[in-house]
Amino acid sequence: MSVATATMPRGRTLRPQLSSDDMVKRGLMLVISLYLIVALALPLYVLLSKSLSTYQFDLNIFEIQRSDETGTNFSPARTVADLNAEVNAITPDQLNTSSDGRLHVTGLFQDFSFRSPVKYRIRATTDNASFLVGSELKRGKDWVELDSNTFRRVVLRPVSTIGLDNFVSYFSTPALAKSIGNSLLMGVISTVLVIGIAFGLGYALNRSRMPFKSVFRLIVTIPILVPSLLPGIALVYLFGNQGLLKNWMMGYSIYGPIGIVIGSVFFTLPHALLIISTALSVADARHYEAAASLRASKWRTFWTVTVPGARYGIISAAFVVFTMVITDFGLPKVIGGQYNMLAVDIYKQVIGQQNFEMGAVVSVLLLVPAVVAFFVDRAIQKKQVALLSARSVPYDPKPNPGFDWGCFAYCSLIAAFILVMIGVCQLAATVKFWPYDLTLSMRNFRFDLMDGGGWGAYHNSIKMALLTAFFGTVIVFTGAYMVEKSDGFRIGRSMFQFLAMLPMAVPGMVLGLAYIFFFNNPANPLNTIYGTMTILVVCTVTHFYTVSHLTALTALKQMDREFEPVAASLKQPFHKLFFRVTVPVCLPAILDIAIYLFVNAMTTVSAVVFLYSTQTQLASVAVLNMDDAGDIAPAAAMGMMIFYTNVFARLVHGVISRFLLVRTQTWRKR
Amino acid sequence: MRHVTVSEAATPVRSAPDMQGAHPAAADYLAIDNIWKSFGDFLALKGVSLSIKDGEFVCFLGPSGCGKTTLLRAIAGLDLQTLGTIQQAGRDISTLPPSKRDYGIVFQSYALFPNLTIEKNIAFGLENANRPKAEIKARVAELLELVGLSSQAKKYPAQLSGGQQQRIALARAMAVSPGLLLLDEPLSALDAKVRVHLRHEIKELQRKLGVTTIMVTHDQEEALSMADRIVVMNHGVIEQIGTPTEVYRHPKTLFVADFIGETNQFPAKVTDTGRVALGGTDLVCAPHDIAPGSEVTAVIRPVDVIPHSLDGTEQIGTPENLIDVTVDQMEFLGSFWRCRLASPRFGENILVADFSLNAVRRLGIETGGQMRAELPQGRMLVFAKAG
Repeated sequence: MSVATATMPRGRTLRPQLSSDDMVKRGLMLVISLYLIVALALPLYVLLSKSLSTYQFDLNIFEIQRSDETGTNFSPARTVADLNAEVNAITPDQLNTSSDGRLHVTGLFQDFSFRSPVKYRIRATTDNASFLVGSELKRGKDWVELDSNTFRRVVLRPVSTIGLDNFVSYFSTPALAKSIGNSLLMGVISTVLVIGIAFGLGYALNRSRMPFKSVFRLIVTIPILVPSLLPGIALVYLFGNQGLLKNWMMGYSIYGPIGIVIGSVFFTLPHALLIISTALSVADARHYEAAASLRASKWRTFWTVTVPGARYGIISAAFVVFTMVITDFGLPKVIGGQYNMLAVDIYKQVIGQQNFEMGAVVSVLLLVPAVVAFFVDRAIQKKQVALLSARSVPYDPKPNPGFDWGCFAYCSLIAAFILVMIGVCQLAATVKFWPYDLTLSMRNFRFDLMDGGGWGAYHNSIKMALLTAFFGTVIVFTGAYMVEKSDGFRIGRSMFQFLAMLPMAVPGMVLGLAYIFFFNNPANPLNTIYGTMTILVVCTVTHFYTVSHLTALTALKQMDREFEPVAASLKQPFHKLFFRVTVPVCLPAILDIAIYLFVNAMTTVSAVVFLYSTQTQLASVAVLNMDDAGDIAPAAAMGMMIFYTNVFARLVHGVISRFLLVRTQTWRKR
Repeated sequence: MRHVTVSEAATPVRSAPDMQGAHPAAADYLAIDNIWKSFGDFLALKGVSLSIKDGEFVCFLGPSGCGKTTLLRAIAGLDLQTLGTIQQAGRDISTLPPSKRDYGIVFQSYALFPNLTIEKNIAFGLENANRPKAEIKARVAELLELVGLSSQAKKYPAQLSGGQQQRIALARAMAVSPGLLLLDEPLSALDAKVRVHLRHEIKELQRKLGVTTIMVTHDQEEALSMADRIVVMNHGVIEQIGTPTEVYRHPKTLFVADFIGETNQFPAKVTDTGRVALGGTDLVCAPHDIAPGSEVTAVIRPVDVIPHSLDGTEQIGTPENLIDVTVDQMEFLGSFWRCRLASPRFGENILVADFSLNAVRRLGIETGGQMRAELPQGRMLVFAKAG
């Protein structure tokens, strides 16, 4: 039995026989993969191909013959291009068109009259060329003979080519291309500000002994509960043309970069704080003791120990914030004024100008930084884990009255900023006419009197959020379970994992537009869900898939890997293990996923703004539309309704969690 | 599978009732034939063949990475072997999924379901559609009794000690009366005292139930004290299969000699059949079939060295293997003394010997003193140089 020279004999590698459980698991994974492919991969693919397809009339591929007055003797065939060269009836501008482009050809014949007995023959000279006679599509190289009256109903159809022409024309339109710079600038400024503020907050919350820490933590999560439009509305009330504090602006306008930055700080702060706070909460006390024993100054310790220790958190938070700012649509729509940002451009191109190809181009551009940020973040997250596992003695801050009160003052300032923003909206919603008539009134809540969908929109939102929370949680948790707890089928599982991570890199606007292209195509059998509640739920589940998936994975990874083998050896089907053990043990995480999906479904605007119909208007979109229509106070009121609902949902979540924990998690107690 | 009742459980030898016709009695219960397992370029198992008799307790022993766990997982169907067949009770199970095989398994982590009580954990495998509740209850009570934890039935796993959890895992695995019990390092997460106690208990239980058992371990003491037969593995191959005394006293390879128990190893040369030269001294050794002139490694365990006083009043063995030595160093290890013995006849080599406290007192052995050491012929082993 020689060790070194052993080589495996050639032979057929064994393949496992699958149990019925394996089949069911694979089937389920296939179903959820299929969901992600249909709800994510295919729409994005269609979007990408849309951005690359251009439509042009090619005059060289059509030929026309014309007869004399007798209608029998035809002139030799000439191409349309040839004919046009003489009369210049079709200008070069007309040649670039969209997928719906149609071009009349009667202009080529200056003496054309539909009453004339002259006859025409027209044909295409290539296979891809087509033209319409009335509404009848003609293809092929056979001559089509028409009288004058019919000939005037002939239109040429453009041919589609794949190329970068759309991008070229985007970049050669200064007004559009400028948005890239604007978006990047806003992203960078907001990120720097938010990271600075969040680091201060995180530092105060983790490294000081200041009072009321939990109150501050609670206040800082408020922005998560409102749509990103709301800070915009608050800023309008505070610093807008009739704003309370307009003179603070010293002549500058809040509509534009200043408003965007302040609003961005507001709505990205909780996300940045969460990441940075986690990074700061795991400090090794020994590093600080070592620094102290080396007589390093506080300042030096801060820069050589604290900041490097949290660096991955900081970088990760920076990418998250940057991506959120450049992909957000609600805030710049409300407060951006004439300052164009990419996400708003998509909206304008699609909703305003019906230029879908250009919308697709902007979407692809918006996808680039988001995807880059996504991959950088993933790489950093891996390092962060390594750092965490190496932690040792937890750092416990010592009381230091001066520092602690300084932290308290700082946190109070930030809390005041958040509370003022919300408070202003609350006030504006409940007074008659800000700022002139401040008597309390509920008339701003009479949504049925305004555009935007009224109370129906609010009820739709609740329905949509509940459906999203329910189906989303089921889909996400089941999918995560299949990825984490099944054996073999490696390629399938890693593909699924990739699909599950993808939504994080796809901005809502991009997803929404991709859905239009994909689902609004009559040739798509899924076309029927377009304009229904289903598409809104599908879109929202997909949009917020990644974070939910990661939450589920984290919970599942904490489960013993050997549960499945044990259950199999006991001849028990996996669904018994799943429902009796996996789900009960993971219940806290499952509830977290549900509330996350609910809150985000209530506040999201970006994806659904393209997808709602008159029957399925949503509260968050109503905020946008009412604000657009100048009904700012009702918009604020609707925003506050979303806020109340989310607060209520959070409370219910808290109560249910506690109740279920007591009932089903007694085993956690020793 | 049939279920063992209390009276049956007491009968010492378990039979495989369903399969009786398929293979003759006392034949191999588990036949593993030429198993290969590759992970990419790495070969974890290289043509492993092995058969295990009904009711036998077999340990797979070896250092980490030797392939013992891979082999166990192949038997369990958790990691399918790349090539090779496995037959259990005459049935080819080579490619069956775990749920179609017949075994109970206990992992190092125990994998008890944390949200189910002890009772429910044990009942998990019993709850099939048409089994009456009362029967399940009786069986659970019986198993709890068997592992001596009847009073803990309503507790959750987290409320039990490691040793108790271990026994519950065992009870759960045995609940469905599997034909084969697989134990994957079941004791390594426990502290030393509990481990020694549980060793005994598991062995006792296995004897009582007569279930064919395979245990994976890297702890030689565990293997020596529990197994009927030990399978020593290294680098994906089986080095030796034998009873605990066989592998300890008659190791077939240098690896086995080295891995199980402690050894002195000396470079040596075969001078004649049954003779070996070590640092210029010709010694008689255990019989071997290595050609004279070959470079070899001579091995003797420290406990096998017999101490004598210089005047030689005691009964003495072959004169060739009696060597006068100087006690270079002594280390007190509680139950014995470890002595480093030097002699010009060994050349540079130092002989390590373990002497009982008694012998040291009786013979007046002390650091720097002179004494005579006997290397018994039968304990002097010779192995061909590796490679």
